[in-house]
Amino acid sequence: MQHEAPLLQVADLAISIGRNEIIKGVSFTLSQGEIGCLLGPSGCGKTTLLRSIAGFEEVQQGKISLGTQTISSESIAVPPEQRHVGMVFQDYALFPHLSVAENIGFGLKQTSRKKRRHKVERLLELVGLSEAARAFPHELSGGQQQRVALARAIAPEPRLLLLDEPFSNLDVTLRDKLTVEVRDILKTTGITALMVTHNQFEAFSVADSVGVIFEGAIQQWDGAYNVYHRPANLEVATFVGDGAIIRGTVSAPRQVTCGLGELTGDLSLPCESGCHVDLLVRPEDVLHNDDSAVKARILHKSFRGPNILYKLELPSQETCLALVSSHHDHKLGEYIGIVPEVENLVVFPSRAPMYIAGEDVSQR
Amino acid sequence: MALLYKRDPWRSAAWVLAAAVLIPLITVFSSFLTPEKEIWQHLSTTLLPDLIKNTVFLVSGVALFTAVIGVSLGWFTGACDFPGRRFFSWSLALPMALPAYVMAFIFLGLMDFNGPVQQLLRTVPGFEGRMFEVRSTPFVVMVMGLTLYPYVYLLSRTSFMNQGRAILEAPRTLGLRPSRAFFKVALPMSRPWIVSGLALVLMETLADFGAVSIFNYDTFTTAIYKSWFGFFSLKAAAQLSSLLVILALTLVFVEGLFKKRMRYYDSSRGAVARTRLKLTGWPSLMVVAYCSTILFVAFIVPILQLALWSMKVVRSGESTAYLEVILKTLFLGAAAAAIICLAAVLLAYSRRRNKSWSNSMLSRIATVGYALPGTVLAVGIFIPLSKFDNLLRKAVEAIAHIDPGPIFQGTLAVMLAAYLIRFLAVGFGAVDSGMQNIKPSLDEASAILGRRGGETLREIHFPLLKKGLLTALVLVLVDVIKEMPITLMTRPFGWDTLAVKIYELTSEGEWVRAALPGSYLVMAGIIPVILLINQMEK
Repeated sequence: MQHEAPLLQVADLAISIGRNEIIKGVSFTLSQGEIGCLLGPSGCGKTTLLRSIAGFEEVQQGKISLGTQTISSESIAVPPEQRHVGMVFQDYALFPHLSVAENIGFGLKQTSRKKRRHKVERLLELVGLSEAARAFPHELSGGQQQRVALARAIAPEPRLLLLDEPFSNLDVTLRDKLTVEVRDILKTTGITALMVTHNQFEAFSVADSVGVIFEGAIQQWDGAYNVYHRPANLEVATFVGDGAIIRGTVSAPRQVTCGLGELTGDLSLPCESGCHVDLLVRPEDVLHNDDSAVKARILHKSFRGPNILYKLELPSQETCLALVSSHHDHKLGEYIGIVPEVENLVVFPSRAPMYIAGEDVSQR
Repeated sequence: MALLYKRDPWRSAAWVLAAAVLIPLITVFSSFLTPEKEIWQHLSTTLLPDLIKNTVFLVSGVALFTAVIGVSLGWFTGACDFPGRRFFSWSLALPMALPAYVMAFIFLGLMDFNGPVQQLLRTVPGFEGRMFEVRSTPFVVMVMGLTLYPYVYLLSRTSFMNQGRAILEAPRTLGLRPSRAFFKVALPMSRPWIVSGLALVLMETLADFGAVSIFNYDTFTTAIYKSWFGFFSLKAAAQLSSLLVILALTLVFVEGLFKKRMRYYDSSRGAVARTRLKLTGWPSLMVVAYCSTILFVAFIVPILQLALWSMKVVRSGESTAYLEVILKTLFLGAAAAAIICLAAVLLAYSRRRNKSWSNSMLSRIATVGYALPGTVLAVGIFIPLSKFDNLLRKAVEAIAHIDPGPIFQGTLAVMLAAYLIRFLAVGFGAVDSGMQNIKPSLDEASAILGRRGGETLREIHFPLLKKGLLTALVLVLVDVIKEMPITLMTRPFGWDTLAVKIYELTSEGEWVRAALPGSYLVMAGIIPVILLINQMEK
C-alpha cells in the first residue's frame, strides 16, 4: 500500500435527517485507485453516507475531504456540481430524451465538440456498446443501461466514483457477469470508487476493502477475506455469510469445549481458560461422517444442487448449519454423524451472564 | 435533499403565487372591518334570505342530480357490459364541452313559452296556455346538472373499473346478491372518488354566473355583480364575496379530506382485473335506453339546436361580425395560458426541489384558486390593485409633479391576474403530473454532472415535460375562452370576448343570435374533452 495522503477521507461523520440520527460518527479512508464498498442491511444508513459524499445530504458533524479539499462539514457544503464526483444511481437515472452517446457526453459540456465525440467513442468501446451509440435508453436491456450509466459517470474523469446499489436491478446471472466486468473497467481506468450494496457477494467480487455498516456505524473496515473469516464482532459474523453461534468454554490454550465437542485451533481472541465465549461455526466447518460419535438431528434442509445445507440440532440443543455433498441425502428428523473441522476459532466474549460462585462477573 | 437546496431562489415563485391567492381573500374578508351599514342592512334584510335559499336549493339539487346520474352511468359503463358500452363510455363525457351558460340559453329557447316544446304540447287537446315556468329551480338544476355530471361520472367510473375482481366476488361468496354487493361494497369503496367529483361539481355550481343570470336565478355570484355594477358598492360586493368564499373553501376542505382516502381505498394494485357483469335481455335494454336518453338530452339536442340557430344567423350574414371578438378571445386565452404555464412550471419545480412541509403548503395555497368563483376574484383583485394604483399615482405626482392617470386600472393586468389565480391549478395539475413522472434521480444525475438548477430545468425537465406543457396550454386556453364573470367585470373597454357577447345577447333574450358565439365556444370546448377521452381506458 502506498504511503500517500488518502484520496477520500471521512472523519467522525454524523448525519441526521429530521430527528433521526442516520450516521453516527463514521470514519474511513480510501486511497487513490482503491475500490471500497459499504456493505449493510437496508436502512443501515449506507446510502445516506454515499449521498453525503455526493453532496445531496447535509452533514451535522465531522468532515468529508477529497484530496486536500474539505467538501462537507458543519460549515462547508460544496454543491454537488462542483465536487468532481461521479455517481452511478440505483435506477441508473439515464436521461430518457437523450441518446446513449448524448447521455455519456452530458457531463463533458466544457470539452470541445471534437474531443467530446472522441471521448464518447472511447467510452462506448470500453463498456462494449459502440453499436448502441444512437439508441435511446429505453431500447437497451438492463445490463446495457447499467453500463451506459457507468460510462456517463466516468466520462468527466471524476476524482471519485460513487455507485449506489448498481447491480440491484439486474437478474442474478447478469449480476455475476457484470460485477466482474465493472471491476475490470474500474481497474483499467484506475479510478477510485466507493460502492454501496446489501449484497455481500457483490461486495466481495468488486471491492478491495469492505466496510460493514450497521445502524449508522462502521463495524469493520477490512478486506473481504477477513470480513468473512475474521469478523470483528458478533453482528458482522452473523450478517456476513451463513453460520451459527454456539456457546463454548475455553478449556485450554487453543481449545474450546462446546456442543460440537472439543475444538482445537487458533483463538481469534486471547482468552484464558475457563472463559465463556460465543463461537462462530460456518456451514463448511461442519463435515458429515457416519462414523462420528457426535450425532445431530436434521431440523431443516435446503437442496442447492451440488450440496445440501442442513440445519442441525446438536446434543446441546443448540443449532448449527452443515454444508454437505448432495449425495448424502437424509430425511428430516434423522440423526447424522458430524465432525467439526475448524482451524481458526472465531470467538467473541459471551453475552450471556457468566457466574463465578454465584456472582455476575460479566459486568466487571 | 436539504443541503443541495439550502439557498433556494426557486422558492420565491411559490411565495409570490401563494400571495397572489391570499391577497384577494384577505381583501374580501377585510371588507367587514369597515362596513357600509346602510347597504349591508339592505342586503341582509332584503337580499340575503333569498340568496341563501336559492343557493341551498341549487347546490343540493345539483348534488343530487349529478350524484344519481354520474354514479349510475359510471357503474354501467365501468363495471357492466351491454351493447354499445364502449360508445357510451366516451360519448357520455361530451356534455363537458358545453359551458353551462350555453346549455342554459339553449334550454330556455327550447322550453320557453314560445319555444318549440311548449308549442308542441299546446297542440295536444286539453293543454293550454303556459305549461310550466322554465325560469325556476328545477330547470336551473337540470341545466347545471347536465353539464356538470361528467365530473362525477368520470371519477366514479375510474373507481369502479379499478376495483379488483375479488372486491365484488368476495361478498358474493358470503351470500350477497350482486345488487346488494353494489350497495354494500362497491359504492362505499368508491366514496372518495364520488365525493371528490361532487366537490368539483359544487365548486362549479357556486362559481357559476352565466347560467344563473340567464335564468334570472339570483345567487351570490349575480348578487356580487349587481352590487358592483348596480349599486356601485364594491364593499357590499366584497362582503357577499367573503360569504361565497367560505362556502367554496369548505368544499376544498371536503375534497382534500376524501382525496387523502383514495390511497387507502385503492384496490387496483395487484388485483386481477374485474370481469364485467354481463347484462342481457330487459336490463340491458333499459340501460341502453337510459344512456341514450342522457346523451340525447345533454348533448345531441343542444348541439342540434345550436347548429340550427347558428345556420340561421350565418344565412342572415351576421357571422363575419365576430372575427375581431374571436381574435381578441384567442389572444387573451393564449396570453393567460403562457403566463399560467410558466407559473405552473416554476411552482412545480420549486416543490420538486424542496419537499418541505412549508413549501408544499405554499403550493397548495397557490393552487386553491380553482375553487374561488370568478366574481370573487374580480372583486378581490380590483380593490387592492386600484388602491395600489392610487398610491403609485400619488407617488409619481409627488416626485414628477404630473398626474400620470391610472396605471394598472383599465389595462389587462387585473384580468390576467385573476385568470392566473383561477386557472393556475389547471395548468399546475398537468405540469406537475408530468414532473412527477420524471425520476428524482435525474435531477441528481444532472447536478453531479455539473449542471445548476436552471440548467437542469432547461436541459432535462423542459424536454421531458413537452407533452404535459402542451396539455396545460390547451386546457388553460380553453378555460379562459369560456370564462365569463372575470372577463365581464374586469375587461378594459373594447375587450369583449365571445362569452361577454353571449352575456349581452342573452340578457336581451336573443337566444338565436347568441347561438353563433355559443357554437364557437363549444368547438373550443370539445378539444380538451377529446384529449380526456383519448386518455380514458375504454
